[in-house]
Amino acid sequence: MFRKRLPPEEERRVRANDREYNEKFQYASNCIMTSKYNIITFLPVNLFEQFQEVANTYFLFLLILQLIPQISSLSWFTTIVPLALVLTITAVKDATDDYFRHKSDNQVNNRQSQVLIRGLLQNEKWMNVRVGDIIKLENNQFVAADLLLLSSSEPHGLCYIETAELDGETNMKVRQSVSVTSELGDQNNLSSFNGEVVCEPPNNKLDRFCGTLYWRDKKYTLTNQNMLLRGCVLRNTEACYGLVIFAGPDTKLMQNSGRTKFKRTSIDRLMNTLVLWIFGFLVCMGVILAIGNAVWEREVGSLFQSYLPWDPPVDNFLFNAFLSFWSYVIILNTVVPISLYVSVEVIRLGHSYFINWDQHMFCSQCNTAAEARTTTLNEELGQVEYIFSDKTGTLTQNIMSFNKCSINGQTFGEITDPLGPQPKRLDFTPFNPLADLDFCFYDDTLLESVKVGDLHTQEFFRLLSLCHTVMSEEKSEGELVYKAQSPDEGALVTAARNFGFVFRSRTPGTISTTEMGRPATYTLLAILDFNNIRKRMSVIVRNAEGRIRLYCKGADTVLLERLHPCNQELTNITSDHLNEYAADGLRTLALAYRDLTEDEWEAWSESHRCADKATDCREDRLAAAYEQIEQDMMLLGATAIEDKLQEGVPETIAVLSLANIKIWVLTGDKQETAVNIGYSCKMLTDDMTEVFIISGHTVQSVRQELRRARERMIELSQTRDAVKEAGMEGWGEAYFTGNGLREGDGTGGRAKQLPCPPPPPPPPPPPPSNLMDNISGEFALIINGHSLAHALEADMETEFLSTACACKAVICCRVTPLQKAQVVELIKKHKKAVTLAIGDGANDVSMIKSAHIGVGISGQEGIQAVLASDYSFSQFRFLQRLLLVHGRWSYLRMCRFLCYFFYKNFAFTMVHFWFGFFCGFSAQTVYDQYFITLYNIVYTSLPVLAMGIFDQDVPDHRSLEYPKLYEPGQLNLLFNKKEFFICIAQGIYTSVVLFFVPYAVLSDASQSNGVPLADYQTFAVTTATALVIVVSVQIALDTGFWTVINHVCVWGSLGSYFTIMFALHSQSLFRIFPNQFHFVGSAQSTLLQPVVWLTIALATAICIVPVLAFRFLKLDLKPQLSDTVRYTQLVRQKKRKPVGRSVGGAWRGTGSVSEGRLGARGGSRRSGYAFAHQEGFGELITSGKNMRLSSMALASFASRHSSGWIDTLRRKKHTPPSTSGECSPAPSCVSGSVPPLSNSSSVLGGSQDTPIEQETGTAPAQNTQPVPSSSSQTPPAIVPDSEAAAPQGQAQAPNAGVFNSSAVKCHGGDSPGGWTLSLSTVQEALFGWKGIAARTSGSNSHGPPSVAKETSQIE
Amino acid sequence: MMASSYNAKEEDGHHSGAPAHGGAAAAAAKSKKPDNTAFKQQRLPAWQPILTAGTVLPAFFVIGLIFIPIGIGLFVTSNNIREFEIDYTGVDVDSPCYSCARNFSWNNTAPCLCSVDFTLEQPFESNVFMYYGLSNFYQNHRRYVKSRDDSQLYGDRSALTNPSKECEPYRMSDGQAIAPCGAIANSLFNDTLELYHIDSNGTRNTIPLVKKGIAWWTDKHVKFRNPGGNNNLTAAFRGTSKPVNWRKPVYDLDPSDPDNNGFINEDFIVWMRTAALPTFRKLYRIIQKKAVTTPTLPSGRYVLNISYNYPVLSFDGRKRMILSTISWMGGKNPFLGIAYITVGSICFFLGVVLLIIHHKYDTRNNSADIPN
Repeated sequence: MFRKRLPPEEERRVRANDREYNEKFQYASNCIMTSKYNIITFLPVNLFEQFQEVANTYFLFLLILQLIPQISSLSWFTTIVPLALVLTITAVKDATDDYFRHKSDNQVNNRQSQVLIRGLLQNEKWMNVRVGDIIKLENNQFVAADLLLLSSSEPHGLCYIETAELDGETNMKVRQSVSVTSELGDQNNLSSFNGEVVCEPPNNKLDRFCGTLYWRDKKYTLTNQNMLLRGCVLRNTEACYGLVIFAGPDTKLMQNSGRTKFKRTSIDRLMNTLVLWIFGFLVCMGVILAIGNAVWEREVGSLFQSYLPWDPPVDNFLFNAFLSFWSYVIILNTVVPISLYVSVEVIRLGHSYFINWDQHMFCSQCNTAAEARTTTLNEELGQVEYIFSDKTGTLTQNIMSFNKCSINGQTFGEITDPLGPQPKRLDFTPFNPLADLDFCFYDDTLLESVKVGDLHTQEFFRLLSLCHTVMSEEKSEGELVYKAQSPDEGALVTAARNFGFVFRSRTPGTISTTEMGRPATYTLLAILDFNNIRKRMSVIVRNAEGRIRLYCKGADTVLLERLHPCNQELTNITSDHLNEYAADGLRTLALAYRDLTEDEWEAWSESHRCADKATDCREDRLAAAYEQIEQDMMLLGATAIEDKLQEGVPETIAVLSLANIKIWVLTGDKQETAVNIGYSCKMLTDDMTEVFIISGHTVQSVRQELRRARERMIELSQTRDAVKEAGMEGWGEAYFTGNGLREGDGTGGRAKQLPCPPPPPPPPPPPPSNLMDNISGEFALIINGHSLAHALEADMETEFLSTACACKAVICCRVTPLQKAQVVELIKKHKKAVTLAIGDGANDVSMIKSAHIGVGISGQEGIQAVLASDYSFSQFRFLQRLLLVHGRWSYLRMCRFLCYFFYKNFAFTMVHFWFGFFCGFSAQTVYDQYFITLYNIVYTSLPVLAMGIFDQDVPDHRSLEYPKLYEPGQLNLLFNKKEFFICIAQGIYTSVVLFFVPYAVLSDASQSNGVPLADYQTFAVTTATALVIVVSVQIALDTGFWTVINHVCVWGSLGSYFTIMFALHSQSLFRIFPNQFHFVGSAQSTLLQPVVWLTIALATAICIVPVLAFRFLKLDLKPQLSDTVRYTQLVRQKKRKPVGRSVGGAWRGTGSVSEGRLGARGGSRRSGYAFAHQEGFGELITSGKNMRLSSMALASFASRHSSGWIDTLRRKKHTPPSTSGECSPAPSCVSGSVPPLSNSSSVLGGSQDTPIEQETGTAPAQNTQPVPSSSSQTPPAIVPDSEAAAPQGQAQAPNAGVFNSSAVKCHGGDSPGGWTLSLSTVQEALFGWKGIAARTSGSNSHGPPSVAKETSQIE
Repeated sequence: MMASSYNAKEEDGHHSGAPAHGGAAAAAAKSKKPDNTAFKQQRLPAWQPILTAGTVLPAFFVIGLIFIPIGIGLFVTSNNIREFEIDYTGVDVDSPCYSCARNFSWNNTAPCLCSVDFTLEQPFESNVFMYYGLSNFYQNHRRYVKSRDDSQLYGDRSALTNPSKECEPYRMSDGQAIAPCGAIANSLFNDTLELYHIDSNGTRNTIPLVKKGIAWWTDKHVKFRNPGGNNNLTAAFRGTSKPVNWRKPVYDLDPSDPDNNGFINEDFIVWMRTAALPTFRKLYRIIQKKAVTTPTLPSGRYVLNISYNYPVLSFDGRKRMILSTISWMGGKNPFLGIAYITVGSICFFLGVVLLIIHHKYDTRNNSADIPN
């Protein structure tokens, strides 16, 4: 990265297979270098960098001052020893870091890749790959550089990549080569390929590329869709060839991995301010003493010259004073000791290790321990006020489980007694060999019901096994893998599978199942697909007997309206069940069926076909057609799916909000889903005063909605206050009182009705700065992404903020990654609060980076978030330990450390100031120079470090038990300017005592042999000893947690002081260096004097007694919560009465929502079909376009097992050459239902969610990615050298038949970029299911469902 | 600072749940569970002291009860010490040394003599220590303090002829190195004091003043050493020059005792041990107790004969002569006793006050529950 910058590239020209030509441009090679130094440059560069630190430069400056004899009041080594120590430590750390960087660079640079050189494939190291080379990639290989895809083993130059390392998305994406090159095929052709690419210069935009390929006098437009970026992994593609466009540092990956933003903690900033103040103070003292010196030199010094002449260059008192100023700057510099910064780093490092070592933050399932990836932020963890959390993967596991169902008025899956014995998990295998072993269900009555052949139950599961858009893959007999586009569907189909209705496979026209062991095949007549408006989907199937039946599942709200009137009674019962489920935070769906006669079907089929062919308002017509047949249905029952929260999420959120931390959920998910999760993790409760939903589309409406919400809040809180004043005191008891957790079992009955955990009593109102601060009552705000976009505009910011901050819970749904970051920035800017962002996906990276603290959930979604984060662990619930235990301790320790540190240095240094008044302001030090050198680095460093690393005020389980203990950190109570001044004052007081007590005692005192004690050396030793003892006693008072290490440090420091002093004052050292160790004998002769010890004892008492009294009074009269907790602990220990109030016991009982059903019943119903479900899938299936089963194609690397019909398909593959099979998105378009989302938003303008979905559904990098038009369009005939951009409409003619017109319409403008958004969205939808099934199926089977070459069944 | 966050790990796809460490199969098998040690889990057994009434209040009382008796003891001891001090600077016109003080110049060769009469009201029983005291004399000035060469004083030959730069401007004189060099040595206190007791019949009895044993043992035996041992000091100091203000060279400081000459002259050593404060006293002579029955210095009239060589008036200094007896705790020191009594009383008083406050306003209850 240090290579010389050439003049910035205007454009890049790359000619394939022509190294000479390309070398003219001196493009960067593919060798990357992230290391900073090499062996030779290390010392100078590192030192140069280190001296860019202000502190280091300052000490260097001091060092230089000390070399001037007229100024030097201290020997040079008093500064150089600590400075050298600090520089060495830092240098060692830098060197180690750089060593690892070298190693990793080497590893990457030495990876092998196959380069096509002169028609032959040769293995080359990555670093030797040049721009313009053609390299071959094989499956599962990393892409070595940014490549232009030339051709691949797959038809039509398609290939699949996984971009997890680039943007964190684990789903696969499709890339396609330009059609001309895709035919190059083999190596010989490729090696003669001499096209020239002209494109934009290197940049960091992952989702954009524009360039042109010139070949054989033709121009071809290149887009990002043709590019394979470094960092991607090739998947499901046997091999592909690519032309290197950008290499090494020019690649988008490297361009994106810029400097990580250096985060500083607020303590850091405060510390820097204080250090500046101290400098100011230092200068003031210097000035005072210099003035004193001027006066003294004029009044006394000039007369004293017969004994003590001025130094030669000095000829007047003013110059003398000037020099004395600098001399005093030197000796007083210890108020800001260099060791401060090093000690802070050491302490933080220690805290980081404790985080890494914490077993309670170790997840045994994924074998991941928590990791502090930065060591500089620990104490800020104790000050967090806002948490911004992602939903999927962070709060939830993104695993759906079939939890309950209601069949024909009977509810199943109810766990009767949450406290009772754990019910046994059902074992399905004896009954059903095809069962999925991972499936959990506990209610055996349901299984019984299936076994006895209850018709309703069977029909229920039959519906689940038929009415869906899941694809299956059967690698070997019985080993089924489902690929569902939403995890919900997967869960339902899996449930059916386990209860004996196994969905085996589908063709465009049939569905094969195994029902209770017997194979069955249904003819699939139609799929009435899901969309946001309909909120339901249906299939119409004909069974073996020829009976036609429509199966429908959908949101209860829409479905229950469409039932046959005879269902009234059942509807009521089911509705009650649904309410129950919803209250438990489950996602519900209602199921129904309708029998159709042949005539009905024929008639509807006809009208449907009409609607389908319609050129205008097709969507509306289709919807109407669907509506027409989804009537008079018979209710079967309802399902309840649990969006599995991560373990302990509600509890964690409860504890955190008791700790006064506000939690905002920022999710890309839909509003319904987000709200559902909000309820299930108890962020939202039915007890909330009001939940506001902001979903306006215009600035005005958003503003209005916000205003209305605020007015309502004020209004409600006023009435509420009024009511409260009227005497609702009783409420207080119902809530868990102040410190939070439940008081034993006493309130059991009450707690049953209250949500768990109940909200804390409204916090004591802060001083009313404005009305909004005084809002009492619990409000929640749910804001949609598009509204948020308006709310984040400059003039709305404050309005949004004041509304949002008055709410207890805020959920932002459908937000883009950028918006996530913006929200964080907003709070950072206006609230001056410490923010923490937690997330697991690439879409969280921006917010993780912009928050004060970023936490990555390691595990599910790639490691982008983790890499960007400051802390990482694998479970959301560890957050409470991270904040309430580690953060709190870190903050406490750091504050205590800083207080003490400033104290001890002021006590140490200010003695010089007082002495100045008695030594003619001559900058004579009070202490021996060795003492000054060693005081900070030896005598007093370890005890305070030990305290800073190990101190605990209350044990960890206590701080979880009393989340209120966290508050001092948020309010910044433990170390702020006031505390700082108190420390300073105490330090100065101590210095006064330390100087004047020996002064008063020793000035007239003498040894027992008559020798006066008032000589300088005795005075120095006495003061120094008193100082060391006083600060040791003080640290003893400050230390609240005396481990062995603390003892060793405190006693060891005292011991080392005496040992070193005696050594330095020994005769042997003096004999060697008489000039350096002139304190010979002082220690001995001083410390043998009882008067000296009496002096020290006196000084110590005078210093400590007031502190002791003050602390005692503070504890006695105004105890902090932590003091009280500590105290009660002591009392408890004394009583030896173990009280089982450990938080663990109280909470762990309620492991998951389904068990601890403490939610208030009968709440708002939050209905189901809130899937990450996208429409259009049904059409894909019926059209058969997605069934090419590239998976089979891919099966060349996977097992070649595939169900029979697929093989047939493959054999027929030749049929229409036109289909560009692999590209799954294509069919969605072909089949006429235009790319679902973009279209629906335009057609069904009312849908509020859709526009955003495009952005959030796909990862940021991908959302504007152009999809090659040809691929999707089943581009016909593919005239080899036809312009890629040729109108596609005609291309469809051969096969598109019915859909032709719509397709044309859909591509109207046909600019390649025009409709790509939607395509990629579909593509996401198809590949993007990140559910567990996909993961278990392994990478090979990960392949996208592919497009069959068949024309659709419907056609 | 081109640190880039990019590293190889980012390209290593296989991170089996492990955040950063490129998880190979071997790593996956090994559990990364942190060790369950008390240290790593921060569960080290620890003493957790709390300031409770039960510990703090007794502490105050104990401090009080220890300090007050010590203070009383010190006070009594200090009061039993006899101390007599007389200022002989000669500031006032009527003081005996007025003329000496006025007419002094360093160039005078003949000493100016003056004598001061004084009366001891009470006898001094034990050994009496005779001090000279200087006021407003900044022996602790930085430039003064460092203006010496300890190597030279340690008898180092090379330092003798080539003293340290610190000694400037008293380093060389007429091309010859000054021995001992530096401002401290140069300003050696050179008044001579003699003490006479005037008995009842008016005769002056010389009181024998012992001049040995007035310096620190380490100074006399370790820190200060004559170049080339103690034989033939004159030869040893050849090639050096006496300090500017001195009347005689360093090897001639005590003509009466050859072992008290050169750098190991005790008066010189005492002077070289610089004082911490501008007002100080230095041990001059010791008057040893002769017989058990008679006091060392009986009460009565005394005469102090001064050969006034040391000018202090120019910088408004004062010179004193102090006679003092000594106890186990050294000389007279009323401050220490009073301070101890005061601190002890305050502690006791604080203890009482805190006790009252504690009883009246204690907000901590003694139960194991935390009040709301």
